[in-house]
Amino acid sequence: MTDASVPASPPFRLSMLVNDRRYRSMTFQVVVFILVMAGAWWLVMNTIHNLSLMGKSFNFGFLFQRAGYDIPQTPIPYTADDTHLRAAVVGLLNTLIVAVLGCIAATVLGVIVGVARLSNNWLFARLMTVFVEIFRNMPLLLWILIVYAVFTEIMPAPNAFRGDNPTASMILFDHVALTNRYTAIPTLAMTNDPGSLDLGARITFNWATIAIAGALIAGLIARRMIRDRAQAVQDRTGIRPVTWWQTLAVMTVPTLILIWYFGLHLEAPSLQGFNFTGGLNVSNSLVALWLALTLYTAAFIAEIVRAGILAVSRGQSEAAFALGLRPNRTMSLVILPQALRVIIPPLISQYLNLTKNSSLAIAVGYMDLRGTLGGTTLNQTGRELEAIVLMMLTYLVISLIISAGMNIFNARVKLKER
Amino acid sequence: MKKSVFLGTVAATTMLAGMGMAQDGGATLAQVKDRDELNCGVNTGLVGFAAPDASGNWTGFDVAYCRALAAAVLGDPNKVRFVPTTGQTRFTALASGEVDVLARNSTWTFSRDTDLALDFVGVNYYDGQGFMVSRDLGVTSAKELDGATICIQTGTTTELNLADYFRANNLNYTPVNIDSNAEGEQQYMAGACDAYTTDASGLAATRAAFADPESHIILPEIISKEPLGPAVRHGDNNWGDIARWTLNALIAAEEYGVTSRNIEELVRSSTNPEVQRLLGTTDELGAMIGLDAEWARRAIVAGGNYGEIFAANIGEQTPIGLARGLNAQWTQGGLLYAPPFR
Repeated sequence: MTDASVPASPPFRLSMLVNDRRYRSMTFQVVVFILVMAGAWWLVMNTIHNLSLMGKSFNFGFLFQRAGYDIPQTPIPYTADDTHLRAAVVGLLNTLIVAVLGCIAATVLGVIVGVARLSNNWLFARLMTVFVEIFRNMPLLLWILIVYAVFTEIMPAPNAFRGDNPTASMILFDHVALTNRYTAIPTLAMTNDPGSLDLGARITFNWATIAIAGALIAGLIARRMIRDRAQAVQDRTGIRPVTWWQTLAVMTVPTLILIWYFGLHLEAPSLQGFNFTGGLNVSNSLVALWLALTLYTAAFIAEIVRAGILAVSRGQSEAAFALGLRPNRTMSLVILPQALRVIIPPLISQYLNLTKNSSLAIAVGYMDLRGTLGGTTLNQTGRELEAIVLMMLTYLVISLIISAGMNIFNARVKLKER
Repeated sequence: MKKSVFLGTVAATTMLAGMGMAQDGGATLAQVKDRDELNCGVNTGLVGFAAPDASGNWTGFDVAYCRALAAAVLGDPNKVRFVPTTGQTRFTALASGEVDVLARNSTWTFSRDTDLALDFVGVNYYDGQGFMVSRDLGVTSAKELDGATICIQTGTTTELNLADYFRANNLNYTPVNIDSNAEGEQQYMAGACDAYTTDASGLAATRAAFADPESHIILPEIISKEPLGPAVRHGDNNWGDIARWTLNALIAAEEYGVTSRNIEELVRSSTNPEVQRLLGTTDELGAMIGLDAEWARRAIVAGGNYGEIFAANIGEQTPIGLARGLNAQWTQGGLLYAPPFR
């Protein structure tokens, strides 16, 4: 018996590519793909053609030439004799410094403001609303410029700290000086310096830093072991042993011994010649940029936090109150953990925004990636296209890393439904 | 079906538009004439060199060159659109065709002439980098600036010279990177930097704009050669020739004593063959660069010869108060030397 239910497929004709529903979508996709590729090819060829007309080529050799310019803030050793590549790395590190500091501060401030905006205290809640609306609705660039101008115009010049009757004085027991150029803060100094670990390319790590970091990590591991053992004892006997003094000891004693051994102390800055030396001079451009980014992003994070808290069902807090939990314990133990799953995804995009917005550093002369690679290097070498392409790729990679990291974190803390 | 036709049309028009864009820039003169306006890249505001006055008219030493060029090419010194550029944007503005000529205190250097594919058409001001400090600071020499904070415009040759000079003299400094002269002035006045460094002419111009110029001094050290001059894109040689010989015409006019006041008389009466060729009464030099015979006449009338422009904008009778110095004619012991008009 022949199978009559399957009709013989009609012979394929070219017009079916357009008329037949089975092939049509495929046809369009192929056509669009070819057009997109043609467009990309045309863009590249046009660029190459125009560059050759201007007598320019496309290569990254300039990265290995001597940079010749100085950078105010250098996280790794850098001099004008180094290459443009190293200058770009210094700029990248400066970008990361302001981005990391900004993300931390904005998160802390944003959570506080977001929670406070839901406070029962009418005045407090309204003040927070004003804060959020002011910072959220004005351009970031203005905030950066305003903060920077305030620092420059209001703070005294280092000169004002000089002489027998200075017009300005240092704060915090003569340890911190606020000037119109930088904030001079003390640095950690050692009387018994163990030397540094050389990582190559003139990047070094002090052994004391490594030792103290190691002690802290070991302390954390020991703390977990103590807690696990206490849990085991509790499971077996029903009585939880008192462990707080053990925890405190493993966390602090080794670190304190190391600090005593290395002779770690604060070295206060002092005015020598034109400027403060001996401490660390945190430039106003960094502080202004950091502060403006923090306040601006915190306003957005506050709204995200508020939305996250409101998303948690009211019954949850009522249930917690019924159990006798105080409001602040309810917030930290019941509401916030549940709100996190709503908060984290939009928080990722705020971190990305902050990182990308840090390129506004150019407005206050903070030498970030945009200031070094995309500013001075681009200008001194005339390699606009190469520098911009490199910058775009770098920002893309940073953003993807932040996004991936935060998504992993999100997957770990999000509500597990069983 | 309709969709693919639409997409095809879009693609085709983009291609065509691209062809137009990709056409080579070898016809700046034709473009300027078509537009009937010269796009001239200038400083964002440096009194004496290029700055808009209270009523918005651009004036200054570099501006005068732009006007002379516009007069030579278009017959009217006012057919100029001034495009303010910063140290960072100027060369991109020129390379991308946003401006036809750049007259913005730019130093003629090897890499800019070759690698950046610019053509410097000459030197209109021989300069050198200096330092300005407040008199209260008690500093009398740049060698005493160890540990100082110094304001510096990014993307300039001065930034590189500064780094080299301080390294060579074993001195330390902290740079404060700024984007424009106005910003540098503000930071310097607020005391955010101990010294401000740029070309000595720029320092003099900046200081002249201060409320109290006397309380600031320009240190004696000149740490570099800064031959400043107008630049055009590499590759359009005819346009380069026009820009070059307009500048030379202004310089030569001063050497031969041709001024904006006596020029009409000299056109009629001059017996000096070189002046006759410059003013287009013999030999038709203008035709060789695609202009008419009276191009140089119009350029000189626009703002006067080099000496008149210098005296009117930055000379000793102006608040800027610059002496001619190196910028005197070669016959007066200076470096200005226009090649012969023949």
